[in-house]
Amino acid sequence: MTTSIAPRRAAATAAARRGTLIGWLFALPAIAVYSAFVIYPLIMGIQYSLYRWNGVGTSEWVGFANYLRVFTDPTLLGSIRNAFVLIAFFTIIPVSAGLVLATLIRTMRPGFMSSASQTILFLPQIIPLAAAGIAWSWMYAQTGAINQILEAIGLGFITRAWLGDFDTALPAVGLIGSWVLTGLCTVLFLTGIGKIDQSLYEAVRLDGASWWREFITITIPGLRQEIAVLVTITIIAALSSFDIIYTTTLGGPGRATLVPGISIFRIGFTQSEVGLASAFGIVLMVLVLACVLPIQRLARVRDR
Amino acid sequence: MIVNRTEVVIGRIVLVVVLVATVIPLVNMLSAALQPADQNPTGLTWPTDPQWGNFVTAFETGNVLRLMGSSLFIVVFVVPISLLFATLAGYALGNLRVRGSRFIFIFLILGLTIPFEALIIPLYYQMQGLGVLNTQWAIILPLIGLYMPFSVVWMRAHFIGVPQELAEAAKVDGATTLQQFRSIQLPLARPALSALAILLFLWTWNQFLLPVVLVSDPLNRTVAGALTFFQGQYSSSIPLLNAGALIIIVPTILVFVIFQRQFIQALLQGAVKG
Repeated sequence: MTTSIAPRRAAATAAARRGTLIGWLFALPAIAVYSAFVIYPLIMGIQYSLYRWNGVGTSEWVGFANYLRVFTDPTLLGSIRNAFVLIAFFTIIPVSAGLVLATLIRTMRPGFMSSASQTILFLPQIIPLAAAGIAWSWMYAQTGAINQILEAIGLGFITRAWLGDFDTALPAVGLIGSWVLTGLCTVLFLTGIGKIDQSLYEAVRLDGASWWREFITITIPGLRQEIAVLVTITIIAALSSFDIIYTTTLGGPGRATLVPGISIFRIGFTQSEVGLASAFGIVLMVLVLACVLPIQRLARVRDR
Repeated sequence: MIVNRTEVVIGRIVLVVVLVATVIPLVNMLSAALQPADQNPTGLTWPTDPQWGNFVTAFETGNVLRLMGSSLFIVVFVVPISLLFATLAGYALGNLRVRGSRFIFIFLILGLTIPFEALIIPLYYQMQGLGVLNTQWAIILPLIGLYMPFSVVWMRAHFIGVPQELAEAAKVDGATTLQQFRSIQLPLARPALSALAILLFLWTWNQFLLPVVLVSDPLNRTVAGALTFFQGQYSSSIPLLNAGALIIIVPTILVFVIFQRQFIQALLQGAVKG
């Protein structure tokens, strides 16, 4: 008995080694393209960020000076601030609106009406964000539909070119994000509510609980996984917004809607300060991680 | 289910309001697109004499056919190659679970939250170095790499769910790893693959940042990236701009409506896994 184990084990190790080799070969193409077009540019970006370089001439080592500028230049700081303001519109509004909407329409029986609603709510998710920007620039125009509606309900005195006004441009752009993301949140929450044990709802109803109590004690806890997921993706969307702003305001008027994505584009390609733009890119990446990791951890801890 | 009447009514009203708010911007595009091309339209008004010809004008002057061709070219490379590489890697990490697969997985996860903006500057100089700047390859190559973390995580999640007994049974029957992969694992992966294909198609077709930065000729971009070219071209005509933008988004909407169940499923799963 004991004698046969050793060769068998040796054969097994050889097979395992061959298996490992085949496995690595399977994974190789993916690792190669990922390393070539994500990891390599990332390392290059870190290298660029330590130099002053205009993209063509010679470069000069400046250490962390570019990072210092990101955190002291009022324009750049302003664009980071704007990105955080956008979280209110990209995350807080769509997630809370989605929660309320999903709760209100959860009672709807499945049928044509509910599947048609799902299709429509999803439309903004399908079209390019750049096209959403074009559609909304026209909504917000001086002669556009928003002002027309305001006139019609007697609020003609507040009409303006919403994207051209220093005070309203950022919220106006943010609301485009709310328009795009609310549908996604609602539909995801609806499927989430479907997975909650219906007898829980029956039970609180029999106890005579109010709509609000039911919402707080059953719906929200039941959806915490979905909430964590949506908060994560919408925060990433807010901090790295580019498409909508590019097609509506390009960061203007002045710097009222300047966000990190647009800043990087401008600094890197218009002002040709490659080092500074790269440093800002790295800062943006770290900002996103700093916002997303705690949410992931929170969701996991709550799950236990 | 115990539901009271007012709740149902409020629910319906809120739903209708939200649905209207969702479609207004799109209907508003259509109503503007149908106004006379040389006039500045006002708000949401249905034209007395709809100018359907605007779509023809926008289609011709916007080179829409060439744009669609360019987008298709990009999609035809990005989507199948990403699917192939991701499936192979997902299989290695999820089913074979080779030594070091945990390390590879964490290495890939690192790339999951990197915003494209953070890499766009080095990517520009990398594409310049490769001599592909201003061609479709400047969009295709980086996108395959950038979508890889998500795609591998997606396929790995599928392969982890496939029972190990299947692989062992095949091994007992004398199937090699490659045979087993081709005739057992691939057919089983079809639903996961088609959902991933939908997501990758949509993200590639709608990709905006890379084309705008890396390809200066709008005719070599994705359709979404070419929207900026429409904005320049039709800066004086709101009807033609909206007609052009609609021409670009309608094919996606049509594909969506046809495959909507798969789309919604894919996007929801995509949200959860991403």
